[in-house]
Amino acid sequence: MAQGNPLIEVQGLKKYFGEVHALDDITETIYEGEVVAVIGPSGSGKSTFLRSLNLLEVPTEGHVLMEGVDITDPKTDINKLRQKMGMVFQQFNLFPHMTILKNLTLAPMKLQKLSEEEANERAMALLARVGLADRASAYPSQLSGGQKQRIAIVRALAMKPDVMLFDEPTSALDPEMVGEVLEVMRGLAQEGMTMVVVTHEMGFAREVATRVLFMDGGRIVEQNTPRELFDHPESERLKSFLAKVL
Amino acid sequence: MLSIDIGAFFGNIFAWLQNAWASLSADFYLNFIKEDRWKYLVRGLGVTVEVAFFAAIAGIILGALLAIIRTTADKTGKLRFLNGIAKLYITVIRGTPVVVQLLIINFVIFSSVFVDAVVVAIIAFGLNSAAYVAEVFRSGIMSVDEGQLEAGRSLGFNYRQTMWHIVMPQAFKNVLPALANEFITLLKETSVSGYIGLMDLTKAGDIIRSRTFAAFFPLIAVALIYLVIVVALSAGVTKLERRLRNGAR
Repeated sequence: MAQGNPLIEVQGLKKYFGEVHALDDITETIYEGEVVAVIGPSGSGKSTFLRSLNLLEVPTEGHVLMEGVDITDPKTDINKLRQKMGMVFQQFNLFPHMTILKNLTLAPMKLQKLSEEEANERAMALLARVGLADRASAYPSQLSGGQKQRIAIVRALAMKPDVMLFDEPTSALDPEMVGEVLEVMRGLAQEGMTMVVVTHEMGFAREVATRVLFMDGGRIVEQNTPRELFDHPESERLKSFLAKVL
Repeated sequence: MLSIDIGAFFGNIFAWLQNAWASLSADFYLNFIKEDRWKYLVRGLGVTVEVAFFAAIAGIILGALLAIIRTTADKTGKLRFLNGIAKLYITVIRGTPVVVQLLIINFVIFSSVFVDAVVVAIIAFGLNSAAYVAEVFRSGIMSVDEGQLEAGRSLGFNYRQTMWHIVMPQAFKNVLPALANEFITLLKETSVSGYIGLMDLTKAGDIIRSRTFAAFFPLIAVALIYLVIVVALSAGVTKLERRLRNGAR
């Protein structure tokens, strides 16, 4: 596998919630252009791992380097770095008091100082790309779940991030809406966007990911290319997990 | 014969009504027209509106400040010391009657300096209202889903920007009815301003009553004026709510 430069470097990451070790000493590197799927049973720490990458969870110990800058260092301007790390949530988290267009233009205008015309232009191009240009003036409550999640994806893209983090992006969707969201993500992957995707969609992981991490008990138990990982699992835990979900 | 009786019956009623009307209009004249007594009510209303309006503004500003301190402490663990002070303040204000607060501010805090009674009332009611407004705002901010804060932060907004652009507008919309309720209460609470010698609307009605020894007209008039203001205020808030809801959830 051709590898780009290291984009996110995770070093000895630990996160304790009281006695619970949600993350137990994780060291891992995400390279440019990779699509990394993170799978594992619930409570395995995969969401905590993802949320640690942009410091939504503050690690108990260890370091996360984004493009060489330690985001866990209190002196780092985390807000600046987060602009390069788009995030998509399970519950969409669109801003319900704003139109779709405003959802997309708020951050570019306030944080990247784009003019309203520039921001609108960028937003409309993104909306067109996910087939929702006609909903620009609608409010989030008027959209279906699948539409909301597509908007959430382009809202993150409007900041032109270097990496996209997805936290179970299809888990809150009705089954018939999962496809339209995965389609958008597949398109992103094909364009070479670096992506880290926590998911239960094994089909997506197998098809789109360049690498799959299997987490259990706060550790990365096994990782490999999707083909190897799904067809020739090595650890017993992965075997029993795959037996349940496939 | 029957017809004569009926005539006498209606005649009696008519005479009674005439009498009642005569005494009512005499009372009305006595309470409102004679010596321009209606001017008491106008002046009193002016004082009530002035005190309530400026106290509401002071309450919003100080209340918002207290709410921001309280929620920031809850959400980020910072501002512990200020949070302690804010909690104590809210407890003391909500735990004592507003009349007592008004008296303390007038006769204890401003005992040796002369401050206009209107200003004293504005300070007292503003400080009082702030404690209630703080809790209203705080509940509003807490009612906004945590995911909204995370979405804002993940886009690169700092805590303050996220609160300002994303959380506060939603919180404000959620608390509008409770906030309107607080200002209606505030308006009516200013009716104890007479305790520090301020002639507000209630005191004005009472002054008329003490001059004319007729309680009905001045007190009912005072009650009606409060009612009209409150109804108008409620209608305005309903309109604002509808406008804020436009399309959004």
